[in-house]
Amino acid sequence: MDSGYEAVIGLEVHAQLLTETKIFCGCSTRFGNPPNTNVCPVCLGHPGVLPVLNKKVVDFSIMMGLATNCTINRDSVFARKNYFYPDLPKGYQISQFEKPVCEHGFVEIETGNGSTKKVRIKRIHMEEDAGKSIHDLGETTLVDLNRTGVPLIEIVSEPDISSPGEAAAYLKKIYQLVTYLGICDGNMEEGSLRCDANISVRPKNQKEFGTRTEVKNMNSFRNVERAIAYEIERQIDILEDGGKVQQETLLWNADAGKAVSMRGKEEAHDYRYFPEPDLVPLNIDENWITGIKKSLPELPDKRKQRFMEQYGLPEYDAKVLTAERETADYFEQVIAETKHYKLASNWVMGDVAAYVNEKKINIAEFPVSPKNLGELINLIQDNVISGKIAKEIFPEMIETGKSPGEIVKEKNLVQITDTSELEGIVKTVLENNPAQVEQYKSGKEKVFGFFVGQVMRETKGKANPKLVNEILRKELSK
Amino acid sequence: MEYNDYREKIGLIKQGTLSLTSNVEGFLSRIEKEKHLNAFNFVFKDAVERASEIENKILEGKAGKAAGLVVAVKDNISIKNKPLSCSSKILENFQPVYTATAVQKLLDEDAIIIGKTNCDEFAMGSSNENSAFGPVLNPYDNSRVPGGSSGGSAVAVAANLCDVALGSDTGGSIRQPAAFCGVYGLKPTYGRVSRYGLTAFASSFDTIGPFAKNLNDLTLLLNIISGYDEKDSTSQKSGEINLTENVSKSTIKIGLPKEYFGEGLNPEIKTRIEEIINRLPSDNFEIIDISLPHTEYAIATYYILTTAEASSNLARYDGVRYGFRSKDSATLKDMYENTRTEGFGKEVKRRIMLGTYVLSSGYYDAYYRKAQKARRLFKEDFINAFKQADILLTPTTPTTAFKIGEKSTDPLEMYLSDIYTTSANLAGIPALNIPVGFDANGLPIGMQLMAPELKEPELLNAAYLINKFL
Repeated sequence: MDSGYEAVIGLEVHAQLLTETKIFCGCSTRFGNPPNTNVCPVCLGHPGVLPVLNKKVVDFSIMMGLATNCTINRDSVFARKNYFYPDLPKGYQISQFEKPVCEHGFVEIETGNGSTKKVRIKRIHMEEDAGKSIHDLGETTLVDLNRTGVPLIEIVSEPDISSPGEAAAYLKKIYQLVTYLGICDGNMEEGSLRCDANISVRPKNQKEFGTRTEVKNMNSFRNVERAIAYEIERQIDILEDGGKVQQETLLWNADAGKAVSMRGKEEAHDYRYFPEPDLVPLNIDENWITGIKKSLPELPDKRKQRFMEQYGLPEYDAKVLTAERETADYFEQVIAETKHYKLASNWVMGDVAAYVNEKKINIAEFPVSPKNLGELINLIQDNVISGKIAKEIFPEMIETGKSPGEIVKEKNLVQITDTSELEGIVKTVLENNPAQVEQYKSGKEKVFGFFVGQVMRETKGKANPKLVNEILRKELSK
Repeated sequence: MEYNDYREKIGLIKQGTLSLTSNVEGFLSRIEKEKHLNAFNFVFKDAVERASEIENKILEGKAGKAAGLVVAVKDNISIKNKPLSCSSKILENFQPVYTATAVQKLLDEDAIIIGKTNCDEFAMGSSNENSAFGPVLNPYDNSRVPGGSSGGSAVAVAANLCDVALGSDTGGSIRQPAAFCGVYGLKPTYGRVSRYGLTAFASSFDTIGPFAKNLNDLTLLLNIISGYDEKDSTSQKSGEINLTENVSKSTIKIGLPKEYFGEGLNPEIKTRIEEIINRLPSDNFEIIDISLPHTEYAIATYYILTTAEASSNLARYDGVRYGFRSKDSATLKDMYENTRTEGFGKEVKRRIMLGTYVLSSGYYDAYYRKAQKARRLFKEDFINAFKQADILLTPTTPTTAFKIGEKSTDPLEMYLSDIYTTSANLAGIPALNIPVGFDANGLPIGMQLMAPELKEPELLNAAYLINKFL
């Protein structure tokens, strides 16, 4: 920032966990079921019901704690966060307050210029989600309690983030970790990954933090960046005009491109946290942690390193391929079929990624199996087909799911690598184009491409380009 | 009465000399006759049909361990498709969709539930005057209270409107009414009986427990409802209790905490209990004076912690999903306020406010956290006391049943009627009321025995033995 101010940003990220059942009862967590069907007396908060902790939620929390270098607390305590709202059936949310399950971790993010930065994780705690209030169906507000009791972890960073770009990089890192771990689907639009930001600004030489505001409702990576940039600018403008930033909570409005005040400091809730008496303190022993450690998948940074070392890939390739777990998985399935790592990388990052992005699908749903793509790469590398033919048959592979071998055979697309056959074709081409031969011989070497094209036309693209080049040069130099 | 306890009852049924159906019909007509006592909020006439089914099972030899035991259930415990009011307007017309574990265990053993008993609203009170269904009357003197909060259950047993009853005890709500009504009442170890289905008042104190006319029936009822329940994370495993004439140890060490015999104790109660102590033979009993030094802080600690938990537990009664909702509120906030203002009684509102206050930011450390620390001191007091004594013996209440209206205007005075009972809840230990006679007005006197956590077998066997010397 060249404004003379610096921003201090901390993020609170809520990740909805991919457990089959809710955190404190046996109800399904499935998204999209008819309203108020994934419910029971426990999550509806009927008189006399009691919560029973879903151990899977603890497993997932420990996984995230380990992935973010946190201390896993051997004793942690659930607490009640009290407030009234129609989508909160018990009038309190079971969360964690004084003793969260994980604390004191960090993640490394890449800052723009290729360097990295540590962002400390203050805490990760478990809690239950509230239901959904639906305000936009006529005059009344409707409540859907399917989401009530769906498990969440809240990942709270220290205020180590200093720009909207870093905030986005941090959030992407969290996204990458939860999806790698398979504990959250990371879908920000559907709300399975949510992010609130605490933002303040201060003059660059000042030690004390400025007054902070909280910005909520940023439901995409892009909006997180936009909203934070907006809020930093707003706060600087206030200070520049000699004003004071008010402590308040703001809601980001993506359509309007601005954040509007939701509540001020004096309207802030007093949540009256106290230890949840219906649950005993959670004890996590060494065995539990060791078990989880063993079950952890390879995490993105390690995998990237391994891709570079084991497959000799450039750092750029390794980074792109490991950005998402499914992409890396797909790549490794492809190279189970072929040893041509770089070519495989080019195809996955190129044609495959292009299709997946265009169709907005997950690579796991990509119609060409890794086996077929591996076979295609082998066909190219073994000179059975040319790269050009490969690009031509790729859409058919997508369309039909057929193997490249099958398509090549059906269409008779096997590359011509027979030197004598190609020599005959080259000779015919040269004989039919004496004028161009003259031009070439008089030094106009550009015409070479014309001859290649002619040979390719004659062979319907099946000629091995390397051989064509060799034979052409030999014949033209005669 | 045609029988002294359940063992005799089931024998008579098997012999064919007692009809279970007419037994239940008899209870129903007594309930009708004693309607003025106001012990029941809801009476289940269909109990007669169940009686005839169970009678057949008994005769076929296929019946459960509590077959034909007629049970009254405090109206803060859930039974599927039967009303649950907690004696509050705010649960008007509410019917639970599930059954409490304790009740389910009774049903599984072929017990018969005859109705839901009146109580103080959400179990908050010591006189059963705080009820949307009106006060319950003491059967010994209708101008007096039966105690609370489980007043209806105590009266139902005392007035022979059922065989046994379930109540709940958060700070004395079983033992104090048992004392005022002259019946046995046990607050079990915290967690011995599943709380699943017990409407929460103060979750870390609440227990479900039995009322009975004798120790045999009390033990039977306790055995059936006890045990770990996967639906209640705070529940505990516990073994079967056998009442026996044989004393396992040569002597039982009885501790008398001096703090329970001081100022404020009615002299008649004191005299009666001292008389009993003097009668206990020294070859079976060793009497020791002990001290529970933090006793004077019990009431304060109890009211800070229980109201804090209550303020949160009662937040769900907001008119949004079930129960009473105030009509014609303009905004959501109005709906909450009007519903809770109109739906809750005075004492419940007082405790919600107190609890909200002690948890508020800026006051939490001074009240709630401090009280949590004090609670640990009470636990230590008892641990130390039980190093010296096997069983503690105290009066259950400082007075016998007081007059209706006598304390209802002075909450502090009312809270002090639980002065001898709250400590057991703070410590989580079991405590029993034994009826030990009457004062000059003919009102029952209660004596309390306390034992270490999960030592109900020792507690009940000590009671069994002491009973012989009353």
